Amino acid sequence: MSATLWQSAHHLDVDALLADPSTRIVVCCGSGGVGKTTTAAAVGVRAAEMGRHAVVLTIDPARRLAQSLGLSQLDNAPAPIPGIDTSAGGSLDAMMLDMKRTFDEVVIAHAEPARAEAILANPFYQALSTSFAGTQEYMAMEKLGQLHRQSEADGTWDLIVVDTPPSRSALDFLDAPRRLGTFLDGRLIRILAAPARAGGRAYVRLLSASLGVFSNVLNKIVGTQVLRDLQTFVASFDTLFGGFRERAEQTYALLAAPGTSFLVVAAPEPDALREASYFVERLEEDGMPLAGLVLNRVSPVRLPELSPELAAAGAERLRDGDPQPDSAEALAAALLSLHADRMRQAARQHHLADRFVAANPRVPVVAVPALAQDVHDLDGLRRIGGLLAERRRISSGSGRQ
Amino acid sequence: MTPPDQRFPGVRLHVVTGKGGTGKTTVAAALALALAAEGRRTLLLEVEGRQGISQLFDTPPLPYEERRVARGPDGGEVRALAVDPEAALLEYLEMFYNLRRAGSALSRIGAIDFATTIAPGVRDVLLTGKATEAVKRNQAGKPVFDAVVMDAPPTGRIARFLNVNHEVAGVARMGPIHSQANSVMAVLRSPRTAVHVVTLLEEMPVQETLDGLGELAAAHLPVGAIIVNADRPPLLTTTQRQAALAGALDRTSLARAVQAADVTTPRNAPTIEAVVEALLDEARDHAERAELAEQERERLQTAGPPVLSLPHIATGIDLGALYQLAQALREQGLGVAVPA
Repeated sequence: MSATLWQSAHHLDVDALLADPSTRIVVCCGSGGVGKTTTAAAVGVRAAEMGRHAVVLTIDPARRLAQSLGLSQLDNAPAPIPGIDTSAGGSLDAMMLDMKRTFDEVVIAHAEPARAEAILANPFYQALSTSFAGTQEYMAMEKLGQLHRQSEADGTWDLIVVDTPPSRSALDFLDAPRRLGTFLDGRLIRILAAPARAGGRAYVRLLSASLGVFSNVLNKIVGTQVLRDLQTFVASFDTLFGGFRERAEQTYALLAAPGTSFLVVAAPEPDALREASYFVERLEEDGMPLAGLVLNRVSPVRLPELSPELAAAGAERLRDGDPQPDSAEALAAALLSLHADRMRQAARQHHLADRFVAANPRVPVVAVPALAQDVHDLDGLRRIGGLLAERRRISSGSGRQ
Repeated sequence: MTPPDQRFPGVRLHVVTGKGGTGKTTVAAALALALAAEGRRTLLLEVEGRQGISQLFDTPPLPYEERRVARGPDGGEVRALAVDPEAALLEYLEMFYNLRRAGSALSRIGAIDFATTIAPGVRDVLLTGKATEAVKRNQAGKPVFDAVVMDAPPTGRIARFLNVNHEVAGVARMGPIHSQANSVMAVLRSPRTAVHVVTLLEEMPVQETLDGLGELAAAHLPVGAIIVNADRPPLLTTTQRQAALAGALDRTSLARAVQAADVTTPRNAPTIEAVVEALLDEARDHAERAELAEQERERLQTAGPPVLSLPHIATGIDLGALYQLAQALREQGLGVAVPA
């Protein structure tokens, strides 16, 4: 294959990124199913074995990171990963976000005991903290902030690797602080929070006054009892909201600060690369520091000089002789067809990668070849880490190194 | 009328989920086509705002409006709708309370914004509500859609997503929201709904499928089929595969066969030896994958629901491929029966 855009793209040097002590946070983002969690885990393992004190935060409910780290369960607090080679002086901890527990802990830490108890018992709170999509993004930001504050305070970790939530848009978490801000500054919150400020019975009058025409409408839609429950909830939560917003904004600022690097993860498929382009754009718009693109699961190519056309024609020639199923001729025909398929697949992937590079010429990239086996242990993660750090061209190399 | 669907005759709402990257949007689109045969009309719903459906059918981005995106085989049509939560909320207010003006007033105080983007969960209530509305919609005493297919959130979130109205009904213990939430749950938990899980024959998607099936069962949501996507037919015989795994394929006879295949050109000639070496590497890699795939297939087959299979389409997914996949679904009893 001739030289292409992809081959002239800047190389993403993962080892240099991880070896740089000023790198404090690495965020892995990308659409679902591209190997984001595995990449985060592999980066954590490699950094730890290079001598960093790393912690990996995963937010995925499917517990995939736990699987690939060989653990049956991860806790809401970071726990050390056994089996890491500590000869370079590093260490690795990992945790999985438990959004309800994170939420509960925030409530308990920031409200006086009586109020905390009331909040934890409120049906709205219980639904909000356990069942609803979207809470995850807020809690992920909260947890990242907590880990960062802890490592600043006592130096437990010098690198935090974050896997991002599998949300509709994997960048939803970037919008969480802004949304919360818009909401808190809006009129709705003031109306709903009115009872707490007015206190006692007086609130009914104030409520009708402030709601004006809306009170009837809201009552009609949600029902009086529900509205009252909701108001009780917002009222008891009122004092906490400010703290939430403040911390969400701090975490957002942290993401944009030097020391943070985003790795956009993709697979060589149209949808995944389209999403990756969108992430790159969005990160640039928000002034977020982008380290580069990790292109996972690239089909390895063996013997590129045997073209798919020649291989397919050769297979055809052998099949014309109508060979027995277990004969060497049938085997050669099957393997030549397999080679042709793999070459064609590689060419398609190459084309997609070229398109990405053409649209994002300044973004450094690294390609990771597809492995036959799924990764589910530390050795597998080390292998991925090694491949991530290799200087590799998309069309060279094989799956067997 | 013949039963609209052989395997799931009473089902009107097909929810298609799957781990990211397994092709659930493709399968949802193919299923909508498979159900739209012989004059039937299906609605394909997109709920995650990705515009994946318009890209598949090669149409401009979908507005919040039902549009025809394809004709079914032998007549029939597929309409598609990208559900926008804000528009769905305003529509809901108008439909149930005749409150469109109130909608714009609510919008001014930030209530609409709150409901559709900030309040976690409300979005999911609106999206599932829209799906059940389409299922129930009637015109002149007949359902407007023979079937509704939803390209749903991924397996990791599906039970929570579909069950959101149950949570809401628990929070809003009476009043209009309570009844609305209950009526949505009544459809989702009834035999009129089937949740299909799309997977690949790889370890992590299969694990997520099995976990998802457990969560669906725990939430009393009706499971339809497991659909294996991008399934590749066996390329090697069992004997050859075992030999490839053991590194025991015979080089000498393979070299002779490669020689006979005449795959070298005078201009750019790899040696026969180099070709054999590469083919053996590729054979081993392929055999490892095929072996794992068969193990995963066995795990799926013991899970309970029927396991269907869709072929890997080497040339990529376009409209032609969707028809091909739709036909494959119909042949396996998902979709309108294939005429004899």
